[in-house]
Amino acid sequence: MTHWIIAPVVLPALVAALMVILLRGHIGLQRIASLAAILALNAIAVALMWSAATHGPEAYFLGDWPAPFGIVLMLDRLSALMVALLAALALVCALYAIGSGWDRKGAHFHPLLMFLLMGIGGAFLTGDAFNLFVFFEVLLIASYGLMIHGGGSARTRAGIQYIAFNLIGSSLFLIALALLYGVTGTLNMADLAAKLPGLPEGDMALLRVAAVMLILVFAIKGALVPLQFWLPGTYANAPGVVAALFAVMTKIGAYATLRFGSLIFPPDLAATGALLHDLVLPAALVTLAVGSIGVLGATTLPRLAAFAAIASMGNVFLAISAFTPQTTAAALYYILHSTLATAAIFLVADLVARRRAHVRLPDAAAFAQTGLIGALFMAAAVALAGLPPLSGFIGKLLILDAFRADAPLIWTAILVSSFLMILGFARAGSQLFWKPSTDAPPAGPGPEPLAFTATFALFAGLAALTIFAGPVTTALTTTAGGLYAPEAYIAANRLGAGP
Amino acid sequence: MEALLASVIGLLTAVGIYLMLRLRTFPVILGLTFLSYAVNIFIFVSGRLAVNAAPIIGTGDTYADPLPQALVLTAIVISFGMTAVIMIMAIGGYLSSGHDRIDLDAGDDGEAGQ
Repeated sequence: MTHWIIAPVVLPALVAALMVILLRGHIGLQRIASLAAILALNAIAVALMWSAATHGPEAYFLGDWPAPFGIVLMLDRLSALMVALLAALALVCALYAIGSGWDRKGAHFHPLLMFLLMGIGGAFLTGDAFNLFVFFEVLLIASYGLMIHGGGSARTRAGIQYIAFNLIGSSLFLIALALLYGVTGTLNMADLAAKLPGLPEGDMALLRVAAVMLILVFAIKGALVPLQFWLPGTYANAPGVVAALFAVMTKIGAYATLRFGSLIFPPDLAATGALLHDLVLPAALVTLAVGSIGVLGATTLPRLAAFAAIASMGNVFLAISAFTPQTTAAALYYILHSTLATAAIFLVADLVARRRAHVRLPDAAAFAQTGLIGALFMAAAVALAGLPPLSGFIGKLLILDAFRADAPLIWTAILVSSFLMILGFARAGSQLFWKPSTDAPPAGPGPEPLAFTATFALFAGLAALTIFAGPVTTALTTTAGGLYAPEAYIAANRLGAGP
Repeated sequence: MEALLASVIGLLTAVGIYLMLRLRTFPVILGLTFLSYAVNIFIFVSGRLAVNAAPIIGTGDTYADPLPQALVLTAIVISFGMTAVIMIMAIGGYLSSGHDRIDLDAGDDGEAGQ
């Protein structure tokens, strides 16, 4: 099993390189190669999940260098789960891109998609903090290419903001890593976890600075207020299918916060203590507010979807902020739900946008296939606002249940934001789908069976998440429990075995 | 030596942040470059300063930490590539819109479906 751990990184990298060299300009062959690679990635992800569940955490030593000296990839339940989520979303987005013809609108859609999968998969799997930075850059540079796919002035200029914001984030990340290395002399995550409790008193201030800077970097990735400014412009201007794919990119910020907050800066570490909780909790509450008010005030459908994504990240970070096993299990469930639901609303927004002359909400015009797309929008709204019967309801219920002790503040925030989102979605939906229009609908791009199949697949995922909520939460509780008992994770690195 | 390097890092960061807050793409890119210079020097000194020491154990009484030098090399390569990407994007944005302001216009969300 051991060598399969690196497959989610190597496979997309090889396929991407082959596509650029051999299949340049052959869109049909590129589509086949891309789908085949993503299907293989799905199979590998399922095998990795099975392996992580049965054998516990496992390390892959690159070049067979012993742990704190070389780079390790770490497979545990959480990283396997995130890779599986990535593979499933990639399959849906690739099908949608093929079905809707988005991948024809510029060169290299499929190679960039492969490089993005390589970067995100590597970021989930790595057990080395500097390697995490490198994979962040890999996924970012692929995302820059995807974000401006299809071209256009507004898209390019939104892309510049996105790149500049992320370059600042990368600089912060490097400063934090240099501080961590300066005080501990290591960047291996398990080694950091083992060394930090014994840190001398005088280095604790530097460590706290490093921890806060890391949280800032992950907040940029996860669109946590006040660092969410890049998201609405980027997601609203990116091609719809790319925005749907980016739904998993914000989750990298959540994943990294969770990983660092449970492994490296656990709540019982003397130097940081409740620092992470004190920073993330208020930011998450404001994120929830900004997201739901943004949904209420959005003037275009892609922008509404972007603010819904921000609000769902608020819920995720709210659940993460307590750093206890029970809240983390709720956070993981909400991460799964929010990735699928956010991707669904972006795909629905794209289905609408490609059938209309413009994307503004107030002066809606008629468009083809209103009924079917309206039903899909309704389902996405139900999922995102957290109404029964879809998994958003269960996700929010799990978070509410985990925060019984802090009910006055957190319950109010979640319930009021859900109400605002219901209002926002109802307003947008009635403007788009209910307003009688006398014009004949313009000739749409046709029925597009594959694009609709992809969108329905996301809702099938949400429904499965709802129906199998019991087994899923049981598995996620085990995953969360493993995060806060990192002895097996650290032991898998075999830290003492080196020269 | 420490004071000199610390003030250089501080100065480069200050210049970088000032330029990043400008409204045109060219100063912003210059600011990002200055910031990445500051960060690179900062990584370099995170292994402590050692004068006249080889980065190899056993060749002398003291040795310089080789790992930050490897890290800074990676960081330089990545920031170099990223600067090239944002430069190309800035030129593309300037050529397609006729100006190089970094802020978006009110009506700029109109292309999502195309």
